[in-house]
Amino acid sequence: MVVWTDFERTTIQDIFSKINYAVVGQAAFSRCLIVYPWTQRYFGQFGNLYNAAAIASNPKVAAHGKVIMEALEKAVKDMDNIKATYAELSALHSEKLQVDPDNFMLLGDCLTIVVASQLGKNFTAEVHAAFQKFLAVVVSSLRRQYY
Amino acid sequence: MSLSAKDKEIVKAFWAKVSGRADNIGGDAVARMLTVYPQTKTYFSHWKDLSPSSAPVRKHGGMVAATITDAVNKIDDLAGSLLTLSELHAFTLRVDPANFKILAQNILVVLATMFPVDFTPEVHMALDKFLAALARALSVKYR
Repeated sequence: MVVWTDFERTTIQDIFSKINYAVVGQAAFSRCLIVYPWTQRYFGQFGNLYNAAAIASNPKVAAHGKVIMEALEKAVKDMDNIKATYAELSALHSEKLQVDPDNFMLLGDCLTIVVASQLGKNFTAEVHAAFQKFLAVVVSSLRRQYY
Repeated sequence: MSLSAKDKEIVKAFWAKVSGRADNIGGDAVARMLTVYPQTKTYFSHWKDLSPSSAPVRKHGGMVAATITDAVNKIDDLAGSLLTLSELHAFTLRVDPANFKILAQNILVVLATMFPVDFTPEVHMALDKFLAALARALSVKYR
């Protein structure tokens, strides 16, 4: 059972209330495809991912970035039930999409970088720690249905 | 995943831009690492004060920053330039090399907070590769 401090709850909800899902989603997901290019293996149907410029302007990448943020919001809205919230998504990623779960934290790291660049000095070590814990819980929940 | 000529160019150019704040970057990264990944504190039990503004944390950050600056200047021979440090980490400090990755991520996050515009995905990738190469050079003497 995950125990969240008041600071952690407030911090996560605060971050997600401040960020623009379309902007942050596109930035984080495209950064992941650029910085860790092997993650492109799952997105053959997204068209032109040939170089950083193509990825950055790809509309399917942008759309999918927003989808990811909206999925994360589900966890933010029910932080005490993240495992249950992601049971179906976990099965989907494991059985249908066959994504190596090590990739989840690669995307998480890119999201952290984008949020950090948006919040600047307000992304203190304590805020960062809360965000990292949230991502760890999300990733762990997404890994649960793999066998 | 070796450093291409382009990667080296990007790393040198970016580090030249930010090296004026290298001490702060190093100090913040170490402080952040101790807070966000508390298991890393186990290597610093000999410090009385592990808070972000403490003298040993800032000093260690300065050392990390100076090493990175030196490594950028010797980017064509990382293993050679880091040989002594590798021996230190392997035989004396015995830091699990997985932690190099953790510190690297914290350095990248600090750079994102301080230089949001300049820390583009291309710069991020080049630096990520560079820090990974640094980590490999540091691990050379482990076994």
